[in-house]
Amino acid sequence: MIVGVLAFQGDFAEHIQVLHSLRVPAIEVRSLEDLSKVSALIIPGGESTVIGKFLQESGVGKEIVRRVALRPLPRLRPAPLPSRERGASLDSAQKNSIPLHPEGGGVAPERRGGGTESLIVYGTCAGAILLAKKVTGKNAPKTLGLIDATLERNAYGTQIDSFEAELKISGIQKPVPVAFIRAPKITHVGKNVEVLAKFRGEPVLIRQGNVMIGTFHAEVRVSSEVHKLFLAMTR
Amino acid sequence: MFTLTNHTGVDLAKMLKGGVIMDVVTAKQAKIAEAAGACAVMALERVPSDIRAQGGVARMSDPSLIAQIQKAVSIPVMAKIRIGHTAEARILEAMAVDFIDESEVLTPADPFHHVDKNALKIPFVCGATNLGEALRRIAEGACMIRTKGEAGTGNVVEAVRHLKLIKGEIAALKSMTAAELKKFAVAERVPPELVSDVKKAQRLPVVTFVAGGIATPADAALLMELGAEGVFVGSGIFKSKDPARMAKAIVQATTHYNDAKKLLQISTGLTGAMAGLEIANLPTKMSERGW
Repeated sequence: MIVGVLAFQGDFAEHIQVLHSLRVPAIEVRSLEDLSKVSALIIPGGESTVIGKFLQESGVGKEIVRRVALRPLPRLRPAPLPSRERGASLDSAQKNSIPLHPEGGGVAPERRGGGTESLIVYGTCAGAILLAKKVTGKNAPKTLGLIDATLERNAYGTQIDSFEAELKISGIQKPVPVAFIRAPKITHVGKNVEVLAKFRGEPVLIRQGNVMIGTFHAEVRVSSEVHKLFLAMTR
Repeated sequence: MFTLTNHTGVDLAKMLKGGVIMDVVTAKQAKIAEAAGACAVMALERVPSDIRAQGGVARMSDPSLIAQIQKAVSIPVMAKIRIGHTAEARILEAMAVDFIDESEVLTPADPFHHVDKNALKIPFVCGATNLGEALRRIAEGACMIRTKGEAGTGNVVEAVRHLKLIKGEIAALKSMTAAELKKFAVAERVPPELVSDVKKAQRLPVVTFVAGGIATPADAALLMELGAEGVFVGSGIFKSKDPARMAKAIVQATTHYNDAKKLLQISTGLTGAMAGLEIANLPTKMSERGW
């Protein structure tokens, strides 16, 4: 599996460094062609207004939406149906899809290459904003709307209100050191959204189907635990 | 190992990477910059080319103008102070700007010292022309380094020089013995552990942008190709004929710097870059301010 990190703007190099420390092949994604090579994608921290514009203008945003919506095949299902033509088997895959488990567990993505397989996505900070269904705050960018949550931009204040913390995250044993940089807040989550971590009683890491978002940066600290949690969504 | 004090400031600089930070004088310009895809704006009293043309003492911008800019945009707002002007820095900290640029573009205020940046909570970006200067600023608490270049000239040669010097000096550390490293640290008046960190990591411990003289998308792409992590554009945007278009083109070129076909598309038909100045004929070289 190759993991892509969206590299229009932001701390994509830090994410790639974490992935390399886990010995996971990782590439920078700046085009539809790059995106077609990956089966998992990280949208990094940065400025959501900037990354959002590139997503819109390049067509990469639309393609992410299309591929996240592709239903992965159930893991133990026999290989699908006689017709092996790409379009046809895709259709059958969609028809035969099962509802996604909130944890994405028990299912494996299709692996046909060429950008036709289902995509899992992890967004940090700006990436989280761009994946949310709704965003509040001034000059909010257009989003991909892939997770049922509302985010408020720069909700803690300006840079002087940025801070570091240690987070307890479900599925990770030790507290994870993270940074909240001009961070957004998750002000509302839909009922099918799983909350994986809270800070001061508010959700900061959530997951729904193929999509996980966090309002903090683990990639700028030494920890790779959150990335492992994300990569486990493919298994 | 050398310890950086302002962790979240160093982090914010990482979030700006791959982006373009644009000089703006008014809230209206700030909105144009944000709409074009700037990752931050830099508030200042006059853009560098006007400072050159008009002369006089250049100072921190009027706080009311900075406040209007903060209100107008959602991206980080930076503002410039004079070298060593701790009071201007405290005023900007009280306004909760996101980053302070202790800048040679303004008239220096202190002939002996730069601001003690470790004493403030707001992160600082500082200019440098070589490795020693960059490390002195980092030791003082800078969270981000940029080349000085020669601001307000539309002439990119000094930015290229400074970036290549910094990169070259970092590479040269590799072959130095312990004694030579110590000698370098003493000569440059920087902590020896900071020098050995840079030798080991083969990069500065903070994000490194370029600034000074960038006037076209190709200029931005050239510097990104040379290893810059992002770009400051001063006069290059709002002294061009079509600022919104030039701003967008430079943003695109900074992201797609290694895609020649895209660069061709971005650069084609883009006339009206700011007029340039020959650096040899300048009465004031801003890059020589600071030490």
